Amino acid sequence: MSQGIFAKNPSVLVFLAILGLFTLGVTLMSEWAGSEIVSTSFVKTLGKTLCLALVAVAMDLVWGYAGILSLGHFAFFGLGGYMIGMWLMYERTRGIVAASLAEAPIPPTEAEVVSAIGNQIFGVVGSSEFPAIWTFADSLALQLLFVVLVPGLLAFVFGWLAFRSRVTGVYLSILTQAMTLALALYLFQNDSGLRGNNGLSGLQNLPGLDHVPQSSISIWFFWASAGALAIGYVFSAWIVSGKFGSVIRGIRDNESRVRFLGYPVETYKLFVFTVTAMIAGIAGALYYPQAGIINPAEIAPIASIYLAVWVAIGGRGRLYGAVIGAAFVSLVSSWFTGGQAPDVNLGFYTIKWVDWWLVLLGLSFVAVTLLAPKGIGGLVDLWTGRLPPDRHGADLGPDSGSLREAEAEQ
Amino acid sequence: MKQFLLAVHLLLVSTATTLAESGPIQAILQEHGDLIVKSSRKTIGPAIEAVATSGLPEAQSVLQAWQVKNIWMRKSDGLFFLGERIESKTYRLIDFDSGDTVGEFPKRALKNIKPNSGIRALIGTALVRFQLLDPEPDRRMEALDAIERSPDASLLAPLRSSIDGESDAGIRARKMRIERLLTIAHGTGAAERVAAIEEMSTDLGVDVRAALNPLTRTAVMAFAGDIPEGLNVAWRLGPGSDDLPREEAYALLVATGLAPATVGRDAIRDALIANLEDNAAGGVQAGELGTDEARMRAYGVLAGAGTVPPLVTDAEIDAALDAHVFAAVYAEASPAVTAAAEAALARIANRVGLSQGADLALDALSLASIYFLAAIGLAITFGVMGVINMAHGEFIMMGAYTGYVVQQFIPHHTVSILVAVPLAFAVTFGAGVAMERLVIRWLYNRPLETLLATFGISIALQQLAKNIFGTQARPLTSPSWLDGAWVINDVISISHIRIAIFVLALIFLGIFLFIMHRTRLGLETRAVTQNRRMAAAMGINPDRVNMLTFGLGSGIAGIAGVAIGLYAKVTSDLGADYIVQSFMTVVVGGVGNIWGTLLGATGIGFLQKGIEWFNPSNTLAAQTYMIIFIIVVFIQLRPQGIIALKGRAAGD
Repeated sequence: MSQGIFAKNPSVLVFLAILGLFTLGVTLMSEWAGSEIVSTSFVKTLGKTLCLALVAVAMDLVWGYAGILSLGHFAFFGLGGYMIGMWLMYERTRGIVAASLAEAPIPPTEAEVVSAIGNQIFGVVGSSEFPAIWTFADSLALQLLFVVLVPGLLAFVFGWLAFRSRVTGVYLSILTQAMTLALALYLFQNDSGLRGNNGLSGLQNLPGLDHVPQSSISIWFFWASAGALAIGYVFSAWIVSGKFGSVIRGIRDNESRVRFLGYPVETYKLFVFTVTAMIAGIAGALYYPQAGIINPAEIAPIASIYLAVWVAIGGRGRLYGAVIGAAFVSLVSSWFTGGQAPDVNLGFYTIKWVDWWLVLLGLSFVAVTLLAPKGIGGLVDLWTGRLPPDRHGADLGPDSGSLREAEAEQ
Repeated sequence: MKQFLLAVHLLLVSTATTLAESGPIQAILQEHGDLIVKSSRKTIGPAIEAVATSGLPEAQSVLQAWQVKNIWMRKSDGLFFLGERIESKTYRLIDFDSGDTVGEFPKRALKNIKPNSGIRALIGTALVRFQLLDPEPDRRMEALDAIERSPDASLLAPLRSSIDGESDAGIRARKMRIERLLTIAHGTGAAERVAAIEEMSTDLGVDVRAALNPLTRTAVMAFAGDIPEGLNVAWRLGPGSDDLPREEAYALLVATGLAPATVGRDAIRDALIANLEDNAAGGVQAGELGTDEARMRAYGVLAGAGTVPPLVTDAEIDAALDAHVFAAVYAEASPAVTAAAEAALARIANRVGLSQGADLALDALSLASIYFLAAIGLAITFGVMGVINMAHGEFIMMGAYTGYVVQQFIPHHTVSILVAVPLAFAVTFGAGVAMERLVIRWLYNRPLETLLATFGISIALQQLAKNIFGTQARPLTSPSWLDGAWVINDVISISHIRIAIFVLALIFLGIFLFIMHRTRLGLETRAVTQNRRMAAAMGINPDRVNMLTFGLGSGIAGIAGVAIGLYAKVTSDLGADYIVQSFMTVVVGGVGNIWGTLLGATGIGFLQKGIEWFNPSNTLAAQTYMIIFIIVVFIQLRPQGIIALKGRAAGD
């Protein structure tokens, strides 16, 4: 299979080479390597961007290839973050609590340590009891498993219900959005067991590694993010390159035709939906330790829509497009909203980009949808000279913005 | 004799020209002079009582002067006067009895009586009995307010005696009502109170329940042996039952001193720390005391040596519980009163429950009309045309902001609303047409991209509104005739704005039905929706129809924005708060059918209120469960909506 995937997708090798060079370059320029060019906080930003690129690849798989516009993948991303955040917060609080209890004349019992941790973590929401969902918070292995299992299970149940009922198209999008909203509202409650709108914090400190400087931790996470992106990218490329890929593209272009051909459409969709949710969970688990804090506002429906925006701007139906879109939009966005962009003085009005960036993003998004459905990735086609055949306006296939065949019929 | 001496004394030292006669009120004040000067809340009672019940016409003015710290004592003779400040250090003293000016005195010759706030409150209570008879109706109402604030047993008699002379029917009714409530709490004799309770048991007022609730309050008590006679026992409790768990029962015994306290984990730890010797306690090394088992062992050794109180074993707890009787005892002594109060509360609770049900239904109806209003524009653009417009919420927001801007120019609220409604329609109609022309018509066959493009417009519009109007909420004030509420009884009430929104929703339903089924535009819209090519072949211009229909849907969103802005604050997030619910309303109801939208809105409104009723403290949870419920029901039972289109219109 391996010779097949790289032979079919030479772009995968190119992508891996670029990612490798990028990782190497950032590593050499980081504070970890003794250089001053890339600051620790910027290493974190780049690491987070790689995680966003990974979740964008998942989104591309589910939307660009399988045609399911999910507005819930950022919720899976956030769930992954919550799962790893529970372990990080629990273990780190245990360290703090153990240090303070050790000053007592006699050593604490296990129950005392746990109740002190509970006090420390849930004091902000007026509780000290550990909710049932924290049962395994002391086990890194189990929480890592949950990073994959919890989003996967939620996606599986939701997808099973939805696909079985043949909810498709915009209805499915609205339903996934409603699911995300419900999850966010649930997490906003103080008695959800995940500290309500305080969220989980202090995630940038790895338990037991207090002596390690943040410059090292940040570069470790950067490597991990790059590695996860590389693996996720190759995995996605492998999925879409074979017969399976042909089937899901077929589902995107004409679902009923694929069904009539005898393929179990629902199973294919459910598989893609669940697997991408798992990838999103992994991306989130790598993202939030670098961000340091996670709260329910992160998984509000708008975040999932932004995810779709990134993929659309980068170019749907091509995996590198998703990576480009996520990296480009999130970096440009942090440049604009970070106050680094120079103000534009029009004489009668000064455009402050902190205020106007969202307007620009929204309008450029409309422009991309209307004028350049291929997104930034379309530039690659210009460069390689790979232009779609002139079908007299009837665009087909993933290379022209993932139009459906049915849509192309006017 | 004393007074005579005082008078002589006064004569000698006073510079006043008139001789102060010691009148009756002065006599009373003198009688309690020490208490008044001492000004202590604990002892002042008799003094106030004496003045208030003296029956003298001056009593009220004395109390009022006292309350506002205007009473001065002349140090030379200890007489009390009303003081008036002339200049900074000089006061004019006025005799209470005669009202004559006694003279002007320097401040150092006087002592001001300064009652603290507690005493002033007591004086205020004493004043109430005078205010009850005040010729001014407002003062009498104030007095009743004061009684309601602090229902005092001593006020019952003056209140009763003031009822007969009351001329104002409204105040009279209120007096009688308060008299009944006071009787419930402070009436003499059980029969009188039971009668009052039964009379008030059909009243839904919160104050009635507030008067009855203390009567039914119980406290759990533990008794060694039999329950003593004379206690009004509500019911007996067995330790270990749900009402009285074992731990609570034992804690009660400990609290009443009937049993030794149990030694908890914390106490064990503290005791061990306190008894650490040579880094060991009870023969166990400190380093090993990190488990419960080791701690118990060490504590057992210490207890055996008698240094710490022994642990209470389970058997001892059981024995102690068996040896005692537990009962819930009313604080109120009379069984007849408590029984009547329980019965009255149960009757009231039934009626309140019914009323709350009705109130909940009204609330749900008004919420449903808000959802319907927010969704009806969407029912046109999404339901009829099949265009997903994520910026629909922002059109609602634009309408609300239009209303706000109009109010900046037209201060008269009624006129401004009348102007704002058509203007909001015009603004959002224009915005809708522009959006359709520029964006949506290129994407008619790509619904997912329409969703994303309109979402881009939505975030741009939201940020634009933030840039123009700021992030803080802007007020859209409703006309005064929409203020207030329609109050049916103490429980059921609905604000006029909500009624207006309900009416508006009905009007919109009518307008929608009229346009869709009785006008040319509606006919053409339906034709274009069903088969664009065929409609074009019939001479209909599909582009124009789509443009107008989209504009119409957007315009209705604008008017909905004005209505929603009237009862909610206008912010840039206003529309975003409704967009998910609006889409669900349309989707749940069934796309392409206004009756479905109506049903969807009603269902969602009642569902949300119903869930809130089960869990009133947590509206977030209510919304969460509602959404999950809708998702599950929708995708499991009726994926095509409540009212599904049949035949060709249903599409695939």
